[in-house]
Amino acid sequence: MPSSPARYSRSIDWVTVGIYLLMVFVGWLNVYAASYSPDAPTHVFGLSFGELMNFNWFKQILWIGTAVLLIVVLLVVDYKAYDTFAYALYAGMIVLLIITPFIARPIAGSRSWLELGPVRLQPAEFAKFITALAVSRYMAGINLRHQNFRDQLMLAVFTLLPPLLIIAANETGQALVFGAFLLAYFREGMSPLILLLLAAGGAILILALLVPKLWLIGFFTVLLVLVLVFNNRLLRHHLPLSIGVWLVVIGMVFGVDFFFNSVLQEHQRKRIEILINPSADPLGVGWNVTQSKIAIGSGGVVGKGFLQGTQTKFDFVPEQSTDFIFCTVGEEWGWLGSVVTIALFMALLWRVVYVAERQKSVFGRTYGYCVASIIFFHFAVNIGMTIGLAPVVGIPLPFFSYGGSSLWSFTTLLFILLAIDAYRKQDLVR
Amino acid sequence: MQYLEGRKYVVQAIFLAVAMLFAGRLFYIQVLDGSYKLAADRNTLQRIVKVPYRGLVYDRNGKLLVQNTPVYDLLVVPREVKQLDTVRFCQLLQLPVEDLRAGLLAAKKYSRVKASPLVQNLSTAELASIQDNLIDFPGFRIEARMARAYGTQSMAHALGYVGPIPATWVDREKYAKYRPTDFLGISGLESFYEKELMGHRGVQYRMVNVRGIEKGAFRGGEFDTLSVAGQDLHTGIDIDLQQYGEMLMAGKRGTVVAIDPKTGEILAFVSAPAYDPAMLTGKGLGNRYMELLNNPERPLIDRPLTAIYSPGSVFKLVNELVAMQSGAVSANTGFPCNQRLVRCTHNHEYPGNVSIAIKNSCNPYFYQVMQATVMRGRSRNRFEDSRLGLAEWKRNVMTFGLGDKLGVDLMGEKKGLIPSPEYYDKRYGHHRWTYKTVYSLSIGQGEVQVTSLQMANIMAIIANRGYYYTPHFVRSVGQNGPLPQFQERHTTSVNPRYFEQIIPGMQMVVGRGGTANLASLEQFGISMAGKTGTVQNPHGADHATFAAFAPVEDPKIAIAVFIENAGFGGSSAAPLASLMVERYLRGKVVRKQWEEWLPGSADRFVKRHH
Repeated sequence: MPSSPARYSRSIDWVTVGIYLLMVFVGWLNVYAASYSPDAPTHVFGLSFGELMNFNWFKQILWIGTAVLLIVVLLVVDYKAYDTFAYALYAGMIVLLIITPFIARPIAGSRSWLELGPVRLQPAEFAKFITALAVSRYMAGINLRHQNFRDQLMLAVFTLLPPLLIIAANETGQALVFGAFLLAYFREGMSPLILLLLAAGGAILILALLVPKLWLIGFFTVLLVLVLVFNNRLLRHHLPLSIGVWLVVIGMVFGVDFFFNSVLQEHQRKRIEILINPSADPLGVGWNVTQSKIAIGSGGVVGKGFLQGTQTKFDFVPEQSTDFIFCTVGEEWGWLGSVVTIALFMALLWRVVYVAERQKSVFGRTYGYCVASIIFFHFAVNIGMTIGLAPVVGIPLPFFSYGGSSLWSFTTLLFILLAIDAYRKQDLVR
Repeated sequence: MQYLEGRKYVVQAIFLAVAMLFAGRLFYIQVLDGSYKLAADRNTLQRIVKVPYRGLVYDRNGKLLVQNTPVYDLLVVPREVKQLDTVRFCQLLQLPVEDLRAGLLAAKKYSRVKASPLVQNLSTAELASIQDNLIDFPGFRIEARMARAYGTQSMAHALGYVGPIPATWVDREKYAKYRPTDFLGISGLESFYEKELMGHRGVQYRMVNVRGIEKGAFRGGEFDTLSVAGQDLHTGIDIDLQQYGEMLMAGKRGTVVAIDPKTGEILAFVSAPAYDPAMLTGKGLGNRYMELLNNPERPLIDRPLTAIYSPGSVFKLVNELVAMQSGAVSANTGFPCNQRLVRCTHNHEYPGNVSIAIKNSCNPYFYQVMQATVMRGRSRNRFEDSRLGLAEWKRNVMTFGLGDKLGVDLMGEKKGLIPSPEYYDKRYGHHRWTYKTVYSLSIGQGEVQVTSLQMANIMAIIANRGYYYTPHFVRSVGQNGPLPQFQERHTTSVNPRYFEQIIPGMQMVVGRGGTANLASLEQFGISMAGKTGTVQNPHGADHATFAAFAPVEDPKIAIAVFIENAGFGGSSAAPLASLMVERYLRGKVVRKQWEEWLPGSADRFVKRHH
């Protein structure tokens, strides 16, 4: 427990808290706009609680209120508890992820929501920060740079187990988020080659979808020959390796078709096709993206004004208060509002990285980077999909999207970091 | 571990790169690319056109000729159609199953969520029989629309009709305001006065949500406009006279045009064979139109405007007037009835003056009258003299509204033909023709051609002693009076006193021993002046024509009658015109024997007199 409330309060990073509160407030404004209906009664004060619960913006107030309570609890809990109970929480979460598909009712094609009375929770949301705690704890005990295969394997298992269970519950989008941990591992010493290889692999996959295969094969073959001609050392000492890399690349080019047609599910395949050719099937699979781009694109420089967005107000954009909340931002606040929103995320990420870097413990720093990476991944994929730069993946925009699970999990994720940060001086003593 | 801190910047660079990419992409779709704004408006804005009440058409006595009546269209929204009982539905609508299938397919093709017409123009009675049962067929609904209804069974040609805009018109600039399903005036007054009759369409912008449900006015109705009803047309037509004329012309081909000379208002405009204007309105319009189009009697032809005839002997009056004005002849000039110049139809007294010549319609006399006008010695070369004389003659004749469109308020008017020297140069060669080549003009035969409307207008000019108002139907658009061009007086090049000098002869035509004695209205104390004509033509028996005006002292009606292939003008066209004048001036007809005899085929007139 803190030695004195005043001293403790001074050690809290109020800049992060300020950015957080600003984002939650701006987010709520947009949830209100997205769920606002010109037909609905405007005088809400005469309504009963039950009637108010029909409005997303009202429920979001409840989620925000409870999130504030959650913050108090998170900051009051002894920071050591996060470290100590990390594995226990992880174990409990794994069990919950395993049983969830069996006890959950199917909602929108996936059995991933648990219902506790009026509250619906998605365990996958909470798996993020719990996994972040667990891997940070594990990281603190090892040294990634030492090529210890057993440690690396354990870390991989820690990281991959939750997303595999989540994929089993048909929530692929939430599972992809765990890829964000790679950024944190990179900061802690993971070979940059892994990031580069992944980036190159991704690039080859995208190219293979866009460019005729023969061109690609020709391009990589010419590249191989040129590299070997101009780099004698490579030619003399690493010829088999060079040709091996070349073979892998060619294999990937051909593997794309297999991956695309046999591994991906129908709706996932469609989402990628839409990304490549947005005008295909605009009334079917392309509807979300098309309408989302129309909503954002029609915002102009300064937007249509608060509550004036026609595309979102008249339900042209599906999921407009949850996954597609950015449409409301883009339509009603225009390019300026969108850039301010992006700037808010950048400010938060910058601050989180700053906070992470000042941690003296590997646990704290790794956790900090996990927080930044997870928020960044959501930010990039969510906004990317609304403007047609990323496939439609059902993940929320942190602090903006409507929903208790999402808000609570991101709040928890962030404020555990602040709790750890507030005690960093004592940690030094320890 | 120190060097790993540098990786912080790599992570931050990745963050920043994505943020910049987003800001740039957003700048492109929000600021640079305007297409998303248009797409958003297409999404939410629904433009509702309020078609105003179309103007009505009245006759000169305030009788309603054309009005609006509600008809009903059965619309279908394909998406809402559920478990359609095709058999029952077709029974209810008395619609062939194939038509229903084709209609549904077309509707689906147009839109699954928007309504498209399945059956149009249901009458109130038809509506009553299906309306109660329609509740069993979700996805179908009724929409009311105004269609034309007629207070008369005559005058179809002048009234014209209203129909769906032809596909070939939709792209024309003039019809830019019309949507492909709109109705508009296709012919007749409906077409000429389309702008006035249509009024101003109102436009409402409504916002709709993704399901097409209305969500109120766009910007509080800032851009909405109210519809303004069309203006009524008050015509100068006497619908009783019109109907009477059509009755008399029954069984024949031809025209009757009557004009009020004082105003130029058209009193009757008969095109025979006629048809009921109601044929071209309501359900089955298209089929009935094809029926009329394929009818061998060609009822759709608007003969008074588009059939061109040689004027025959009536044209002698114009030639005489032009000759007197030019000083070539006077009223007292006599010419021998020299049959070597041109055949004269009957033996008669010596035409010692113009009245005797007109009374007997003496061909050689008018041959010489026009010769005197044309061959005036303007050049020593008789070829050149003919050219100069004919040019002068044409200039004068054209002031009678001949050889060019009069400018009546209907579309499709023909010009007729008053030949020029160039016309004959082309045909015979320069200086290869003289007056002797073109003398047929002097008796209204040969190349000269007029419409019946121009013919009636000649009579109006003589009645007015030298001027006319462009013949027109509409004496007032709403309360605004006639169009300005119909208030302008056109004066011929001939002095009024010469008109006075030919009228006695014209009176003698209908008097005792005249060629149109049958047309006399003397028994009613009405003085009439007229001229018969028998027009040779390549299509069988001569056309019978008669043109007249009455009363001579205070002309109230000028009339021209053409009856195709009816032979001598005096025996059919003249009594018919006479009955029309009697009917118009006296409001009733007492000469029932004529009234009973005239309707019917034209052959009978020819047989009797040959």
